[in-house]
Amino acid sequence: MHEMSLCEGVIQLIEQQASDQQFNKVNTVWLEIGALAGVEIEAMYFSFDAIAKGTIADAAKLKIIHVQGHAECPACKHQAQVSTRYELCTECGHYPLDILSGEEMRIKELEVQ
Amino acid sequence: MCTTCGCAEGDTTIEGHTHDHSHEHNHHHGHALMATHAAGISPSRILKIEQDILSKNNAYASDNKDYFKEHGILALNLVSSPGSGKTTLLTRTLDHLKSEFRQAVVEGDQQTVLDADRIRATGVKAVQINTGKGCHLDAHMVGHALETLQPESNSLLFIENVGNLVCPASFDLGEACKVVILSVTEGEDKPLKYPDMFHAAELMLLNKVDLLPYLQFDVDQCIAYAQRVNPDITIIQVSATTGEGMEAWYQWLRNQHKSTLTDKQNQQ
Repeated sequence: MHEMSLCEGVIQLIEQQASDQQFNKVNTVWLEIGALAGVEIEAMYFSFDAIAKGTIADAAKLKIIHVQGHAECPACKHQAQVSTRYELCTECGHYPLDILSGEEMRIKELEVQ
Repeated sequence: MCTTCGCAEGDTTIEGHTHDHSHEHNHHHGHALMATHAAGISPSRILKIEQDILSKNNAYASDNKDYFKEHGILALNLVSSPGSGKTTLLTRTLDHLKSEFRQAVVEGDQQTVLDADRIRATGVKAVQINTGKGCHLDAHMVGHALETLQPESNSLLFIENVGNLVCPASFDLGEACKVVILSVTEGEDKPLKYPDMFHAAELMLLNKVDLLPYLQFDVDQCIAYAQRVNPDITIIQVSATTGEGMEAWYQWLRNQHKSTLTDKQNQQ
């Protein structure tokens, strides 16, 4: 359940932004979470509500943009969607594949007042 | 709340850390929130942030890494599921290398100082971090533990993470590398079930091999799974109880320590 810690990280970054960018209310938080980031999305929603309570992001809506895993085979350059780190190339059977996307764990945007 | 860096302790407690001393590593806390805004409704706006959620942890990890590099300390993050024999392996290692290296241990568990007591019984200094409800150590906790522990220059520092094959994979502590310990009493398919951890580790110690005659554990299959997740992973088979294979692990430590010292010299 490291999603709790990740949400604490999100709130800390938002607090820092609040002092840098002069806002005092957060309406919406957009996160980008990759399929290979090891993050349980449901646990993120659950943790965010609990952690945000009493902070500047209290009552803020959390929206998670799911980023699919995408990889390229270093041998034959075939690109494909992947859901785990250890998939074989569907064309030539080579592994490991080079991960192009899906490891994201980012705060993308904030809607603030 | 820590008076120096302003961190709230939450459920975490660190032995000997009373939050009343100075920090050696830089903190990047930004607790100055709620900027002074006059009453009135301002229109909402969208801010592009594009910031890694772990950026805060990674900043602390980078401070720890600098500290280790400057002092020539080889820091290893030991990760495994509970019951892999991590602490037994560690106490045997500490005993064996006592005359060769200065050593120190950071122990992470949710509760109790039992493991730190087991370490201290070997004569090696240790500090226990209790994470409370937390399922992993983070770089900030380790930074505080270092202040208490004061590991010596050119020493080996073992950071025994909370027993968990999931969460500690994401949190860099500033270590030179992660060492994953898997015991043969677990399934050989653990590397595929918890690929992030085996992907993040440089070394896998396959422990309790003395029990293999009594188990249906396919060593070759396990190694193949680990290498599928991480083709570069080094694998050493050991028994912390009988000592089988331990010499290869000690030699691996000596080699790593040597390159830590070389890095320190190159930096100076």
